[in-house]
Amino acid sequence: MSDAVLGEFCQWLAATPLSRAIRTTGWVIPALQTIHILGVAVIFSSAILVDLRVWRIFQRDIPLPDVARRFLPIVWPVLLVLLVTGSLLIMGEPRRSLLNTTFYLKMALLAVALALTGALQWSLSSAPAFRQGGRARRITGRTAATLSILTWCGILFAGRWIAYTQAG
Amino acid sequence: MPRLADLIAPLESSGLADAIRENDLLFPLIESVHVLSICLVVGSILVVDLRLLGLASTNQPVSRVTRGILPLTWSAFVVAVASGGLMFISNATKYLGNGYFVAKLLLIGAAGVNMAVFHAVGARDLPRWDNESAPPLRARLAGGFSIVLWIAVVACGRWIGFTMQVG
Repeated sequence: MSDAVLGEFCQWLAATPLSRAIRTTGWVIPALQTIHILGVAVIFSSAILVDLRVWRIFQRDIPLPDVARRFLPIVWPVLLVLLVTGSLLIMGEPRRSLLNTTFYLKMALLAVALALTGALQWSLSSAPAFRQGGRARRITGRTAATLSILTWCGILFAGRWIAYTQAG
Repeated sequence: MPRLADLIAPLESSGLADAIRENDLLFPLIESVHVLSICLVVGSILVVDLRLLGLASTNQPVSRVTRGILPLTWSAFVVAVASGGLMFISNATKYLGNGYFVAKLLLIGAAGVNMAVFHAVGARDLPRWDNESAPPLRARLAGGFSIVLWIAVVACGRWIGFTMQVG
């Protein structure tokens, strides 16, 4: 989509009654951001705890599939909360995100992080022998866990940076 | 509070505070680290709170959950305080004049007191109910208070950004 078309779309979105209501009711945006951050806290912490378990830093006395089963399923329903609050925030101030490269970087990183989380969940449920895997398996696991930690940190950084890189 | 003002004046005029105020990247960078560490504090402490409430990790003893989680919570808390402190000294006077900032500090203090009281009184007989999926009322209250207080801390933090202009 060209910038001009996107700009027009933002203009149209910003003129809708819902957008206006979100923008002009003082407490709505901070309230949505608070819910959004709380959701991020849940997903981020869940992913980090499982990644730290892969590295045997957290709860190494509990099998990895058990730790993953405790923390990863919650990611998906909370993701829905993030999509709803995030969409409402975009509706309120479309140009802030939709005309902002940082926002697309955040979405790209999110796709990577979710793919990693989904892949880990799937591999643990479909291959119960994961833990008995050899050296190659362990290196793959740790590489994926490290990538996951870095990607989630990147998402949080990009999220905060949207406020500093928004179009005028 | 003249004494407090005397204390913060040298911090606010320090070279470090100057740098944070004037460098375009430093403030958002510190702020990002702050958000990241707060997320870990809140997310990890929620794991403990939900266990105290008997709502999650109930197949593990309470002490095992806290032993696993709290080192991460405390590490993240140290980073949150350090990054928060750096943002604070860059505009100390303005922050102290902001009601949400003061409320945030008081709420963190309340969360600390809640935890300390639970530790000293509520969890004294922990070995007796460590394995129970539903801990006694005082433990559930401590977990519930903690969740409410930390949600309020995050809300105040976000509201600070909308009620004062810095950076």
